Amino acid sequence: MSEASNAAIVGTGQTEFSKDSGRSELQIACEAIRAALDDAGLAPSDVDGMSTYTIDNNEDVDVARSIGVQNLRFSSRVGHGGGGSVGPVAHAMAAVDGGLADVVVCWRAMNERSEYRFGVSQMENTGGSPGAGSGFIEWSLPFGSATPAAWVAVQAQRYFHRYGVSNEDLAHVSVHLRKMAATNPNAWFYQKPITVDDHQSSRWIVDPIFRLLDCTQESDGAVAVVVTSLERARDLKQPPVRILHAAQAVPFECETVTNYYHEDLTVFDSGRACAQELYRRTGLSAADMQVAMLYDAFTINIWWHLEAAGFCAPGEAPDFVRDGNIDVGGTIPVSTNGGHIGEAYIHGMNNVAEAVRQVRGTAVNQVADVEHVLVSAGMSGAILGRA
Amino acid sequence: MGARGVRKVVVERPAPMVSRDGAFFWEGCKRGVLLGQRCGECEAFRHPPRPMCPRCQSIEREEVELSGRGTLHSWCKPVHPALPMFEPGYVVALVDLEEGPRLLSNLCGVEDSDIEVGMPLEVFFVETAGDGAVHQFRPATPGGRP
Repeated sequence: MSEASNAAIVGTGQTEFSKDSGRSELQIACEAIRAALDDAGLAPSDVDGMSTYTIDNNEDVDVARSIGVQNLRFSSRVGHGGGGSVGPVAHAMAAVDGGLADVVVCWRAMNERSEYRFGVSQMENTGGSPGAGSGFIEWSLPFGSATPAAWVAVQAQRYFHRYGVSNEDLAHVSVHLRKMAATNPNAWFYQKPITVDDHQSSRWIVDPIFRLLDCTQESDGAVAVVVTSLERARDLKQPPVRILHAAQAVPFECETVTNYYHEDLTVFDSGRACAQELYRRTGLSAADMQVAMLYDAFTINIWWHLEAAGFCAPGEAPDFVRDGNIDVGGTIPVSTNGGHIGEAYIHGMNNVAEAVRQVRGTAVNQVADVEHVLVSAGMSGAILGRA
Repeated sequence: MGARGVRKVVVERPAPMVSRDGAFFWEGCKRGVLLGQRCGECEAFRHPPRPMCPRCQSIEREEVELSGRGTLHSWCKPVHPALPMFEPGYVVALVDLEEGPRLLSNLCGVEDSDIEVGMPLEVFFVETAGDGAVHQFRPATPGGRP
C-alpha cells in the first residue's frame, strides 16, 4: 500500500556552471530561483516557502528580499552536506503536503571554486561547522586525514579489499560520467570525454584509492527547483513531475563524512536506508526505476549507491558498470547529465534538476519511457515520476 | 639556519582540536595511555566519545585503559595536497582495537608492500604542537605489550 506524496516539482532553473561566476552567491541564487519560477509559470509573489542546505552561505531573508517574496510562511535548512542534498525537496514536499506552504523554492548556490575550495586540506580549519558533519574534524585531522578524498578513501579501501578490485576498476565510472557530460552543453566537461588510459595516467590524490579523475570537480553555479501541490501543478506551464516520496536517512552509528563506525564499511548504510524507505513508502522497487541520479563526490560513490539501492547485489557493482548497465540504453542509466564529475558540482541539486528533465523527457541524454527516477545522495533521496 | 642561510621551516603536527566530550581521550594520549569510553551501565565501548550511550541511553561512563593492541581495518596514503606537518608517504589507518572500538590513526614503521588489512598493531604516542599528543600504531611486537 503506497503512501505517496501529493507534491510535485513544477520548475527548475540554473545558472551557467563555471569555475568563476564573477558575481555573488546571492546573485546566482536569485538568478536560478527566478529561472525556476519562470519555468513553472509562477511569480515571486507566489512563493511562501524556502529550503536550502545548512552550508549554503545565503540567508533565506536575503534571498526572499531580493526576489520579492511577499509572505514567507515556511523556511528550513538541511544538514549532512551533499548527503543531505535531496533533503530540501523532502522538506518542501512535507511543507506542501502538510499545508505549511503552497509554493516552496529549493536552491543551492555556491562559488565553491572561485571563493573557497571544498576539496582542499582542512588543516587550517579551527573546528567543524555545525550541520556540516558531526565531530569528524577532531578525530581525523591529527592524522593528516584532511580532505574529502582522504576521508572517503579509507572506506573505499575496505571495499577494494573485500571484493578484490582496484583503482583501475573505478576508471569505468569516470569514463561513463565524462561520456554523459560530453554531450551535455551545460556540462563543464562538454565535448571532453576520457578513456580508461586517461584515468589511469591521472595523478594520485590518495594512493592507492583515488586518482584525480576519481574526484568531483569544484564549480561555481546555482540550481533551484520549485515545489507545489499536484493539484496546483496541473494548471502550470510544465507537465508536473510528481514527488512520489522524498526522505532523509541517518542509520545507527552513521556519520556524515568519516563514516567509519558501522559494522560493515563496504555497505553504504545511509544509501540503503534511504532507498528502503523510498521503496516502502511508494510500493516501488529498483526494477521500477528507469534512471538513477546518484551523488558522486568520488567514482566509488556510484558503486555504493548501485548496491545500496538494489540495482545490483553487493560486490557486483564494478562488473555491473563495466558491462554497460549504467549507460543510456543499459538496465539502469546513471547520472545522465554527467553527474558532479562530468557536469558540475552543485552539491547534488543539479542531479535533482536532471531527474526532473528525465521525467519530462527533455534531457540531452534522454532515456526512453521514463516513469520513475531515483535521485539519491545517501543521507537523502527521492523518487520522482510522471503525474 | 640551514646551509647557505636558508631557514629550515619545521611545521609540527598540530595539536588535536579538543572537544569537551573528547578531552579525556587527548589527556590520556599526553600521559601515554590509550583510553576507551565504556558505558557505565551496559559496558559497551563507543568511539568517538559522546555523552550518552546510544544502546542504553545511560550517561554513566568510564574511561578505561585499553590494551593498545588491535588490527588494521583499512588504510590509505593521502598524496595531494602535501601537508608540511606530515612526512610524504604517511599512512592513515583505521584500527579495530582489541576491546572493540574502531579509531582513525597513522600506521608507522612499515613498508607499503608489507601493509595488510588485518595485520596486528600496537599503539605508541607522539607529541604535537601545543604540548599535545596523539596515538599512532606500528606492527605489533610478537607476544609483547607495547
